Amino acid sequence: MEGFVALYIFMLAAFTGYEIISKVPTILHTPLMSGSNFIHGIVLVGAMVALGRAETSVEMIIGFIAVLLGAGNAVGGYVVTERMLEMFKSTKDKD
Amino acid sequence: MNLNIELLIQVVYFSAAILFIMGLKAMSSPVTARRGIIWAGIGMLVATLISFTHPGMHNFIPMTSAIFVGGIIAWWTGKRVAMTDMPQMIALYNGMGGGSAAAIAAIELVRLSGGGELTHPGTVSQVLAVLGALIGTIAFSGSMIAFAKLQGWMRKVYRFKGQQIFNLAVFATLLYFGWTLTGDSFGPNELMIFFALALLVGVLMTIGIGGADMPVVISLYNALTGLAVGFEGFVLQNPAMMIAGIVVGSAGTLLTQLMAKAMNRSLANVLFSGFGTGDDGTGGDVEVSGSMKAIDAADAAITMAFAETVIIIPGYGMAVAQAQHKVWELTKILQEKGVRVSFAIHPVAGRMPGHMNVLLAEAGVPYDLIYDLEDINSQFPTADVALVIGANDVVNPAARKDTSSPIYGMPILDADKARNVIIIKRGQGTGFSGIENLLFFEDNTRMCYGDAQDVAQKLITGVKSL
Repeated sequence: MEGFVALYIFMLAAFTGYEIISKVPTILHTPLMSGSNFIHGIVLVGAMVALGRAETSVEMIIGFIAVLLGAGNAVGGYVVTERMLEMFKSTKDKD
Repeated sequence: MNLNIELLIQVVYFSAAILFIMGLKAMSSPVTARRGIIWAGIGMLVATLISFTHPGMHNFIPMTSAIFVGGIIAWWTGKRVAMTDMPQMIALYNGMGGGSAAAIAAIELVRLSGGGELTHPGTVSQVLAVLGALIGTIAFSGSMIAFAKLQGWMRKVYRFKGQQIFNLAVFATLLYFGWTLTGDSFGPNELMIFFALALLVGVLMTIGIGGADMPVVISLYNALTGLAVGFEGFVLQNPAMMIAGIVVGSAGTLLTQLMAKAMNRSLANVLFSGFGTGDDGTGGDVEVSGSMKAIDAADAAITMAFAETVIIIPGYGMAVAQAQHKVWELTKILQEKGVRVSFAIHPVAGRMPGHMNVLLAEAGVPYDLIYDLEDINSQFPTADVALVIGANDVVNPAARKDTSSPIYGMPILDADKARNVIIIKRGQGTGFSGIENLLFFEDNTRMCYGDAQDVAQKLITGVKSL
């Protein structure tokens, strides 16, 4: 993948993110921040590959930390977002 | 065989990226929000599972144990934490993501400094690795400080003379070392200084910021982590990371701007001024006239029970006192008496935008009783009672009247236009920002002192006894 292809991907992804957020009601701002926090937990995948290809012990230690932190980001982000969104119900849903 | 696995991995990553985007989209409406996180969760799960099958990987035992240890700790803390503590948990998990991205970059750069090659060799890749390391590390240490502050572990706001110049100097040094890392000759020493400086910058950026501004800062670090993940995604040639990271980076940047705007401040103002720390003093030139008039809960209950419409304005005080359940109970009793009750939420009430909505939702308040600032402000003039529970700056008319006030121009809830205003407040002091609230001195305002939960209980008893 060369620089310009990456630039196009970055640009389109940036517009996508901007579009999604611009129509969000205030009541969902915290869950949405939490949800986007979960989504960058995909860093776990990169951390796994980095640890999986680590050769020296220094690389392995840093890789281990990377996976540990990445897993924390993904799992923690999911749990708190899910807990918050679970509570959003309208009057109708409750009857 | 390898070719097929590679293809399968790419297909799964592609699907994960679609699920993330659709999930985020669904999360932007209350009706579909629940679905959204589940879609995104499925995307994450399949992407993680398929990542075990990358050809040429080893270290599976440490990998699996790191996932389990990190995952179980996060699961346990995430399930246990009280709803009022959500902001700092988001800060914590976000910091972990930033740290993870920085650690990935560290591995790449360590290999490069030892004479090896990057996963994807080239100048662009090296520059992005360094940038991601820089941003990710700052997001890591900054988020950890934000967490410590909101958790109450670090109460002091650290400010000293020449702080900004000092910070700028440290940042410039960091950039210099970052520049060095994009060249061909650097060793472990430069790497270590670089990461130490980046950690320091995150700490320095955050220690001078007061609690009131933390939501904006957390949102900013969330966006930064996204960027860092996107950049490291390029280094590892992982499109799922690139797309998810940059989507979060741009969505987070917009969210940060929306939050800063709701407080009538620019982002630069949040990061570099002492506002929100209380050391700005009271600011305003307008003389406070009148006095605060107290009311006891029983009288307040009578006023509300015989009202036609009541608008409740919750703030951080409700969160601290965990009063949301009592407030909902009070609402139901008032509704039985034929009172029309609605909730007015200021965009920055509490410690995060939407913080109050989450708490009210936890208590069981249906979201169709809850209104945004634009939708409710026209209703205050016809409301009989505005009940302010532990909110302060967001109802301060100084924002409309007093041009010299630091909050002048900030959109506020027009509680002062209601026929009666009842304020539930712990004491007579100023709020988080340290600005005197003109509303408390208005003729139609009565102060009901006490912990929000206790007062709500007294109000319930009062209304019931009528």
